[in-house]
Amino acid sequence: MSATDGGGPLLSIRGVRKAFGSTVVLDGIDLDVDAHRCVVLIGASGSGKSTLLRTVDLLEEVDDGVILLEGEDITDPRQDADAVRARMGMVFQSFNLFPHMRVLDNVTLASRLVHKVPRPQAEERATAILERVGLAAKARAFPDELSGGQQQRVAIARSLVSSPRLMLLDEVTSALDPELVGEVLDLLVELKAEGMTMVVATHEMGFARHVADEVCFLHAGRVHERGTPEQVLGDPQQERTRDFLRRLG
Amino acid sequence: MTASAERSATEAWTPSALQVERLAYRRGQARRSTLVAVASTVALTGVAVLALTSSPGWPRVRQSFFDPDVALLALPRVLEGLWLNLRVMAVCAVVILVVALALAIARTLRGPVFFPLRAAATAYVDVFRGLPLILVLLLVGFGLPGLRLQGIPTQAVVLGGLALVLTYSAYVAEVFRAGIESVHPSQVAAARSLGLTRAQTMRTVVLPQAVRRVVPALLNDLVALQKDSGLISILGAIDAVRAAQIQTSVHANFTPYVVAGFLFVLLTIPLTRVTEALSRRSGWLGATAGVAGAGPLR
Repeated sequence: MSATDGGGPLLSIRGVRKAFGSTVVLDGIDLDVDAHRCVVLIGASGSGKSTLLRTVDLLEEVDDGVILLEGEDITDPRQDADAVRARMGMVFQSFNLFPHMRVLDNVTLASRLVHKVPRPQAEERATAILERVGLAAKARAFPDELSGGQQQRVAIARSLVSSPRLMLLDEVTSALDPELVGEVLDLLVELKAEGMTMVVATHEMGFARHVADEVCFLHAGRVHERGTPEQVLGDPQQERTRDFLRRLG
Repeated sequence: MTASAERSATEAWTPSALQVERLAYRRGQARRSTLVAVASTVALTGVAVLALTSSPGWPRVRQSFFDPDVALLALPRVLEGLWLNLRVMAVCAVVILVVALALAIARTLRGPVFFPLRAAATAYVDVFRGLPLILVLLLVGFGLPGLRLQGIPTQAVVLGGLALVLTYSAYVAEVFRAGIESVHPSQVAAARSLGLTRAQTMRTVVLPQAVRRVVPALLNDLVALQKDSGLISILGAIDAVRAAQIQTSVHANFTPYVVAGFLFVLLTIPLTRVTEALSRRSGWLGATAGVAGAGPLR
């Protein structure tokens, strides 16, 4: 659990490959994420951003390569995958809240089942986190009584509740109406300010510019260009990166 | 919750002349629909009754199928039999739900350890879904006691109930499995990403949603079970059907069958209404059933 002593990166991805049938989605990805840093993945749909996040969360098995979390090889099949996932928080494009549970139960589920926290304490902590995302008043509501932005903030609260070492955010604003994007991005900015380590796949270039410590441009399953937001977004060296940014307008 | 807020907001609002006119039109339309419905119902029923009563054999049929005196005489016995149907159905329904759910879950298990369980569940469903219920009843009812094993029950009711459970578990297991497969994979991904195990995900995320979705289908099977509980009469148990049969020979009149049929129909109606009310409750299928959105298209 305390393998960060050596000062190595919190997350280290080495030569990760993943194919679905004959479609190669990740073609040898290398990526390091230091603690408290925010790495933003950009790239067109199908460039492998989502799949990369899903392999890190062990929702997909890698075909080759290694992923180290706090120095530990989590791609080792001998690892307890459930315990590894419990150390990370993942937020999805379409929220994926549990529709049959109230907001509070959505947020406390992991505490109660995975971390065996008694319900009163779990609810206390969940209420505090819901307050933090501005939704304490909605604790008794069901997910489909909330707006998209509210649902996504609940989903973020749900993944925050077990104090994850790392947050994986997969296009978390892509399913939102434009006027609801801000409330979710603001929350991510706050998380970053509090020192959360994040890997964010997004199409929000404004967010990338202001919050990212590093931007990686993915194309056809490879990291084509990486650097500070100023470098990658302001002065891209690769033709493909320029093409992609130009098409975004 | 929001209803009171909406009401106070509308207090300051008086409908425009256009809206008043629209409401009046809709009221008129509603009144017209009711009239049409009443008229067409009366006409159709009239035609049906007329066709029935003017048929040449009607006086005889009325005498032997709709004799009120015989109905009254047979009713207590048929009711007694129906009480047995109800008890058999209630006990069987509970056992069937448990067995079927276990079968459905067994078929979703992964991993080599569970291979025999998975294979056994699949084979079970294949066999008992294909076997006609009446054959299962006869085989269990007359075959099992024939083994003369210690502890095997010999009462017709118990054996009949066992046959019902064997057959219906296979059907209901498939209903549950369809429900489990209808839950979107992203729900599983979300649960697993929180660190939940496969079993915890199944229990807290997949099954609750799956079961709610298949309630109408389960109800359908429950109604079928209610009727098929009458088949245990072929093993000699005196249920409503058997009681009606006995009363029919006592009175030399078929009215007891009609009485039994009428009672079976009466039984299923409340069952349907309860489920409908249940599915309207907020939170049962998410909140969608209770909130706006479906509108006049529903």
